[in-house]
Amino acid sequence: MCFYVFISMIDPNRKKIRARQEFLIKVLLLFCGMVSVLTTLGIVGVLVFETITFFTRVPIFDFLTDTQWTPLFTNKHFGILPLFTATLLTSVIAMLVAIPLGLLIAIFLSEYVSSDVRRVLKPILEILAGVPTIVYGYFALLFVTPILQKFIPGMNGFNSLSPGIVMGIMILPLISSLSEDAMYAVPQSLRDAAFALGSSRLQVAFKVVVPAAFSGITASFILAVSRAVGETMLMAIAAGQMPNLTLNPLVPIETMTTYIVQVSLGDTPYGTLEYQTIFAVGTVLFLSTLVLNIIGGKLRAHYREMYV
Amino acid sequence: MNSAVAGDISILIEKQKLGERIFKIAATLAVLISLGTLTALVVDAFIDGFPRLNWKFLTSFPSRKPQEAGILAALFGSFYVIILTALSAVPIGLGAAIYLEEYAKKNRFSRFIELNVSNLAGVPSIIYGLLGLDLFVRLMGLGRSLLAGALTLALLVLPIIIISAREAIRTVPLSIREAAYALGATRWQMIKDHVVPLSLPGVLTGVILSVSRAIGETAPLITMGALTYVAFIPNGPLSPFTVLPIQIFNWVSRPQKGFHACAAAGIVVLLVVTLFLNALAIFLRNHYQRKISARSL
Repeated sequence: MCFYVFISMIDPNRKKIRARQEFLIKVLLLFCGMVSVLTTLGIVGVLVFETITFFTRVPIFDFLTDTQWTPLFTNKHFGILPLFTATLLTSVIAMLVAIPLGLLIAIFLSEYVSSDVRRVLKPILEILAGVPTIVYGYFALLFVTPILQKFIPGMNGFNSLSPGIVMGIMILPLISSLSEDAMYAVPQSLRDAAFALGSSRLQVAFKVVVPAAFSGITASFILAVSRAVGETMLMAIAAGQMPNLTLNPLVPIETMTTYIVQVSLGDTPYGTLEYQTIFAVGTVLFLSTLVLNIIGGKLRAHYREMYV
Repeated sequence: MNSAVAGDISILIEKQKLGERIFKIAATLAVLISLGTLTALVVDAFIDGFPRLNWKFLTSFPSRKPQEAGILAALFGSFYVIILTALSAVPIGLGAAIYLEEYAKKNRFSRFIELNVSNLAGVPSIIYGLLGLDLFVRLMGLGRSLLAGALTLALLVLPIIIISAREAIRTVPLSIREAAYALGATRWQMIKDHVVPLSLPGVLTGVILSVSRAIGETAPLITMGALTYVAFIPNGPLSPFTVLPIQIFNWVSRPQKGFHACAAAGIVVLLVVTLFLNALAIFLRNHYQRKISARSL
């Protein structure tokens, strides 16, 4: 106290200066926090602006209902459906791989193995998600596809099956880690009660823990789908660049993300219709993942509220 | 009668034991499939790329002849992009984390920022490329330059840095803050002298993870217009550029086997860097966690 009075006597402005300094720093930090908000505004603004310009030149009805996507040819069609179903197809294939494997691993890690094994295995599995996706593209095109072609004659070198499977493995840690977190949060007392009634370990896992952690597990599925929908390089390399309206997993297709890459690789001047198409496609992509992320986030918040 | 019931029960128990065994086998298989894929991925790239990987490969520009092609321009491009990305993303990310943890009141506004950060983390990376193309390349007039690419990636990794920095700041004990205040420190003095240094290992983990993410990112940079064929070393922040994953993509897309070997060699370099960074981050996290738990004892 004495010391403080002493300092104030030397420099009565000191307190004021310091208060101003503190205020400035607070404003500066607030600005840093606002950058993320500005990023969102930027993304939405850019997408909305370019997409609206696009729709002044191409009717939105054609965009949503035409079954052909040929903006780079002379006979232009702007139907998003082939790109959208391609994205859907690869995501479904990926989930068919990732859900069973991811769930099995999550139950195994949460209910069966010791915490030591879990501590080692979880980060190793998470490495799968840390490998750059370009590497998965190479792997799908030049390792998995040739192997599949031996078993499935007539399969094209570019197809949705091979990158779909590889993407399933790639997003598996998302499901196993997030589901395991949700199962770990289930109170031990529920398990103990089931064991006391004579349940086996498997019964406890499937009839008590999985239902109790259901919202968290579903959230992990949805967030994984969202990741699959947005995946780019793997599809651009191994799935082809042919907008095909098909559900056949053996032929080349083109996902929404691949189309954006394909156009970006060429020289597309600002203001051309090609330039605007990538933003229109980007908007559909953004909306798809946004809806999935919001549902996933809500479900995750739900399980956190329940037990944590 | 009794023995019949006992028989039923033993059949039931046998059934359950069988179920347990089947589940364990299936789960072990699932783990093996994932780990096997990871191994196959790495081994395949090494087998294809190792013969091609030598000093000349690292120090040559790309070429029309596969046996003469190298990754010099891509290496420099990646290096510069990462430096610029980190320089712009780390201060802003750390600042945002400090604001959210130390200044923001728990009201609707701070919850909005939080929700916004977590939603941004889920936006596909290629969308950031579209933002970069329209905002940095065109509106701000930066062109298809290193700086425009780095700013695009900075926005992309910002959520990772903010989330990990916030977690790190939250682990700083209240007692340390109170001690600083008790000695007459202002809020900012307390933050810069105590909170930031103590949370540094956690922040560093987030920075390493985001750098590792940024090194491997391809789609946003292709979208914002990075080049695929560059035969020079970038000479400043406004220079055109390419990065390692784009160079690899370029080689994979060609039909010739020779270029596929170049791609594999590039992948080996990329994998070594990213796996090293990931391992470093995991090590730091574990080391740091142990230290905190030791302190709380």
